[in-house]
Amino acid sequence: MSESGSYTGAQLIWESLLREGVDTVFGYPGGAILPAYDAMVSYPIRHVLVRHEQSACHMADGYARASGRVGVVVATSGPGATNLVTGLATAMLDSTPLVAITGQVGSALLGTDAFQEVDITGITIPVTKHNYLVTRAEDIVPAIREAFAVARSGRPGPVLVDITKDAQQSRAALDWEAATPQRHRRHLPAPLDPEALAQALDLIRQAKRPIILAGHGIQLSGARAEVLALAERADIPFALTLLGLGAVPATHPLSLGMMGMHGESWVNRAIQEADLLIALGMRFDDRVTGKLKEYAPHAKKIHIDIDASELNKNVPVDVAIAADLGDVLRTLLPQLPVADRSGWLETIREWRGDSAVRDIKNLPDDGHLYAAHVMHDLWRLTKGEAVVVTDVGQHQMWEAQYYKHDGERSLITSGGAGTMGFALPAAIGAKVARPDAEVWVVAGDGGFQMTFAELMTAVQEGVKVNIAVINNGYLGMVRQWQAMFYEGRYAATPILSPDFVKLAEAFGVQGQRVECRGDLAAAVAKARAFEGAALIEFKVEQEDSVYPMVPAGAALHEMIRRPSALAETGSDPV
Amino acid sequence: MTHAPGQQVPGPHVLVVYTDDEPGVLTRVASLIRRRGFNIHSLTVGPTERAGLSRMTIVVDSDAQRVRQAVEHLRKLVNVLEVEQLADKPMVVRDLVLLRVATASAVRSEVLQLAQVFRAAVVDIAEDSVVIECTGSLAKIDALVDSMRPFGILEMGRTGAVAMARGTRTLTKARPALPLRTGTSPEAMSV
Repeated sequence: MSESGSYTGAQLIWESLLREGVDTVFGYPGGAILPAYDAMVSYPIRHVLVRHEQSACHMADGYARASGRVGVVVATSGPGATNLVTGLATAMLDSTPLVAITGQVGSALLGTDAFQEVDITGITIPVTKHNYLVTRAEDIVPAIREAFAVARSGRPGPVLVDITKDAQQSRAALDWEAATPQRHRRHLPAPLDPEALAQALDLIRQAKRPIILAGHGIQLSGARAEVLALAERADIPFALTLLGLGAVPATHPLSLGMMGMHGESWVNRAIQEADLLIALGMRFDDRVTGKLKEYAPHAKKIHIDIDASELNKNVPVDVAIAADLGDVLRTLLPQLPVADRSGWLETIREWRGDSAVRDIKNLPDDGHLYAAHVMHDLWRLTKGEAVVVTDVGQHQMWEAQYYKHDGERSLITSGGAGTMGFALPAAIGAKVARPDAEVWVVAGDGGFQMTFAELMTAVQEGVKVNIAVINNGYLGMVRQWQAMFYEGRYAATPILSPDFVKLAEAFGVQGQRVECRGDLAAAVAKARAFEGAALIEFKVEQEDSVYPMVPAGAALHEMIRRPSALAETGSDPV
Repeated sequence: MTHAPGQQVPGPHVLVVYTDDEPGVLTRVASLIRRRGFNIHSLTVGPTERAGLSRMTIVVDSDAQRVRQAVEHLRKLVNVLEVEQLADKPMVVRDLVLLRVATASAVRSEVLQLAQVFRAAVVDIAEDSVVIECTGSLAKIDALVDSMRPFGILEMGRTGAVAMARGTRTLTKARPALPLRTGTSPEAMSV
C-alpha cells in the first residue's frame, strides 16, 4: 500500500501514530513541536495536557502498564525534552513500552546552542532502548514505525524520536509499506535449545523443595495461564517480585506472597531453604536477593527471561534460557509430570503460622490509624478489584503486603527506578487507558507533593481517580532507615504538608480527611461515589516502620521481624 | 590505551561487532561500555566490504563472565547486527604503532637495527629523532615499545587491535539475512 500525495512532516507524525493504533497522547506543547500540535487538531487523537513533562511520561507509562499498549508522549525541545528523562528512566527499568516524540530546533541550528536546544538523543541513550534524531520529513515514518517495533519487541522499553522543526514543516510522501521495520528483528531470541529444556525438566522432576519466582515478565509475555499450569501441575508454590504482584493471583493456594527486602518471613525463608528456584521473567534485583553470596545456598536455579543479558548477571544459574516465557512453558508443560509436594507446602505453612500473630493487620488499632490497616481495608472495600497505582516508599510496601492483587495489571508501581511522584500521573494514564476500571492512587505525603499539580490535569480531562494520601509527616522510608541504621538522626525527613482537603477542593477535587479507622469505610464509599477525582488524606501513625525487613546487604533470612504482639522487641531475627 | 612496561598483556578477549554505519553508533557502544563498567583495552572501528556496515574490534580487559555480559549487552543495541567473540577461535590480531624515538647520534644505528629486527619501517628521520612504523600482534608491538623505551620515546600513537578469525568462514556471508535498515537513506537519521 503506497499512498500518493504529499504530507507535511507534522502530518506524517500523526499519520504514523494512527497507523500504530494510537488514539491518546500525553504531552505539553512548545515552540519546536508547534507544527506537530498545529497538525494534530485534524486527527482523531485525544491529547491529555499535563502540568509537567515528567508527568506526561508517567501517564504514558501508567497507560501502557494498565493496557499493554504502547504509551505515547509528546514534548517540545530543550527543557520540555529534559523533563522527560526521569520518566524514561522509570519506564526503562520497569520495561514499559513507550514512544516519546520531541520537537527539536531547526536542523540548521543543531549544535549551535540555539534557544531551547538540548542534545536529547545524547542525553537519553542510557535511558532508552533506542532513539532517533530525525532531520528530514521523509525519515519520520520509518523512524516512528521502527520506534514502535523496538518499544514492543523483546524486553519492552521506551524509545525517543527527536524531530527537528524543519522536518515537521517540510513535505514528503507517505509510503507505509516501504517503512516496514527490520532492525528490531536482529535480536529476537534464538530457537529454544532442547538440551536446556531437558535439563530444566530434570531439575524440576528431582526437586523436593522447589519455588517459582514470579516476575513482571509473566505479564509482559502474557504467560499467566502457563505459569499457573506449571505451578499446579508440579505442585510448586510461587513467590512474587514487587512488579510480579498480580501476574499470578495473590489468593491462589500456591501463592506465597512477595519476596525480598519487605517480603514476608516465610517467603524469604522458603527461598533460602529451597532446593530449586524457577525464576520466571524476573532479574534477581538486589532488593529481591539480599546478600548474593548467601542467597538460596541449597538451590539449583533455572532462569527464564527474554533478556539474555539478565541471565547469570547477578545470580549464577544452572539452566539459563533466553526466550519468551510463554513459548518456553508451552513447550515444557506437556512433558511435565504431575507431582505432589504437599510435604514441602506443609512446611512453609508452618512457618507462615508464626507470622500471623505478628501481622499488623491482626493487631488492634487502639485509637491509632495504621497505614497497614488502610491498605487492608481498601482491599476489602474494593473487593481486591481496583487498579492500584502506588508511589514509592513505606506506603508502597504496605500496599504490596496488604492489598491482595489477583487481577493482571492491577498494581502499577515504579519498582526498578523507585520514582517518587509517579503515582498520580501514572494513575491518570491508567484510568485513561481503562475507563471502566476503578483506579486508586496510593501515595505518601512526600511523593504526592512532587506531582500534585496533575490534579488539575485529572479535572480538566474529567479523569475519575481516587487518591489515598498516606500522611505520616515524614519521608517515611528514609526516616525508617535513619531510625534503624543512622541512630535516629532524622536529617531532612520531617516534611510539612498543605491542608490536603483544602488543596483538593482548590483543584475541584473532592477532599476528605480520615484520622481513625472507624471513619475509613464511609470516606472510601463517599470518594467512590463521587463522579470526579476524589482525595482522602489518611493521617497515620507517624513513626511506624515496614516489617519484615532485610537490611540492605544482609542475607535474605536475616530479617528484622515485626515486633510481636506479646514481646515488643525491635529486632528479632529468624 | 597502553600498558606499563612489563605489564602482562591481558588474555585477549577479542570481540568483533558489526554495526550500522550511522552517526552516533560509536557513542552508543562507548556509552554502554562506560555505564556497565567494562574495561576495554582498545576499540577500533572502520568500514567493511558491505556498504552501510561498520566493523568494530573491541579488546576487552575482563574475565570471561564479564565478557559474556558485554556481548549480551552489545547484542541489545538496535544498531548492532552481530557480535562475535574470537577468543576461542584461531585468529589474526594486528595493531599498528607509530613511534618517535630520540636518536642522539651515538645510538642512531642501534635504534635502526632494532627496528629492523622487528621488521618495523622507518618512515621519517629528523636530526635527533626517527619515526618508526610497525604492524603486528599486541605482544610484538609491546615488545618493540619496551625495547625502544631506553632510548627515549618522544611520542607514540597506536591504533588498537583489528582482528579477524582465521579460515574461510566470514560472519557476514554466514548470516546473509542480517537486516540493514529499510526506508530512506540512513545518514540523516538516527544518532
